[in-house]
Amino acid sequence: MRIALRTVGELSVTAGLILMLFCAYLLWGTGAYTASRQLLLQRALAAGTAARPVRVEPGGAVALLRIPRLGRSYRYAVVEGVSAEHLKKGPGHYPGSARPGEIGNFVVSGHRTTYAAPFNRIDELERDDEIIVEAPEARYTYRVTSQDIVEPDEVEVLAPVPGKPDIRPIRAYLTLSTCHPEYSAAQRLIVYGVLKESEPRGE
Amino acid sequence: MYGRLWRRLPGSTAIRLLWAAVLAATTAAVLWYAVFPLLEPAVTLDEVTIGK
Repeated sequence: MRIALRTVGELSVTAGLILMLFCAYLLWGTGAYTASRQLLLQRALAAGTAARPVRVEPGGAVALLRIPRLGRSYRYAVVEGVSAEHLKKGPGHYPGSARPGEIGNFVVSGHRTTYAAPFNRIDELERDDEIIVEAPEARYTYRVTSQDIVEPDEVEVLAPVPGKPDIRPIRAYLTLSTCHPEYSAAQRLIVYGVLKESEPRGE
Repeated sequence: MYGRLWRRLPGSTAIRLLWAAVLAATTAAVLWYAVFPLLEPAVTLDEVTIGK
């Protein structure tokens, strides 16, 4: 009886330790994969100098995302696609949505707690903060307009004019999405922006 | 369980401690690099997309 109880206790403690290790893996271990992929994607972006926008294959690098409010060194290569496999590599661009700088809605989703957590702190963005999207052909500077918390099925935020699916766009919008609250899949945090200026590159 | 394992380890207390550390580190490494990556997709604490 005593031995049985002791074994149960030891197994429970072991299970607890393994769970703690698993949580550590989710928060920090998964970032190693993202870091290695980001290195390749950012290198590909640095090498490419296309004069005009090009269609990117799923899994390829779309543009470099910089957010000065989140630090001078904040930069992530945005990957084409939003499947689980794509989002492990970095923030993902919805394939059906506008390209960087294009009229319509450039929509990007990113992890908040796992896989290097690129969008962990986008809740700190305030109105008029800059979001810079460096595409091969030009540098697009968006300005944050607002934030929102929505249900996971509110696809209107993906519309060419965010939140207004029936209206035809005349401006270039940007929409970032991540999970909310942190460590949860219950809702989505959304940051909206609009194009402020664009500078062609390589001239 | 661990008592039995401890008694099976060879050598003096110091050597046994070393063995125990090696075994624990090996277990942790197998979990971290082989088991956890397989379990991770089942955890949906970081769903970020809208729609399906």
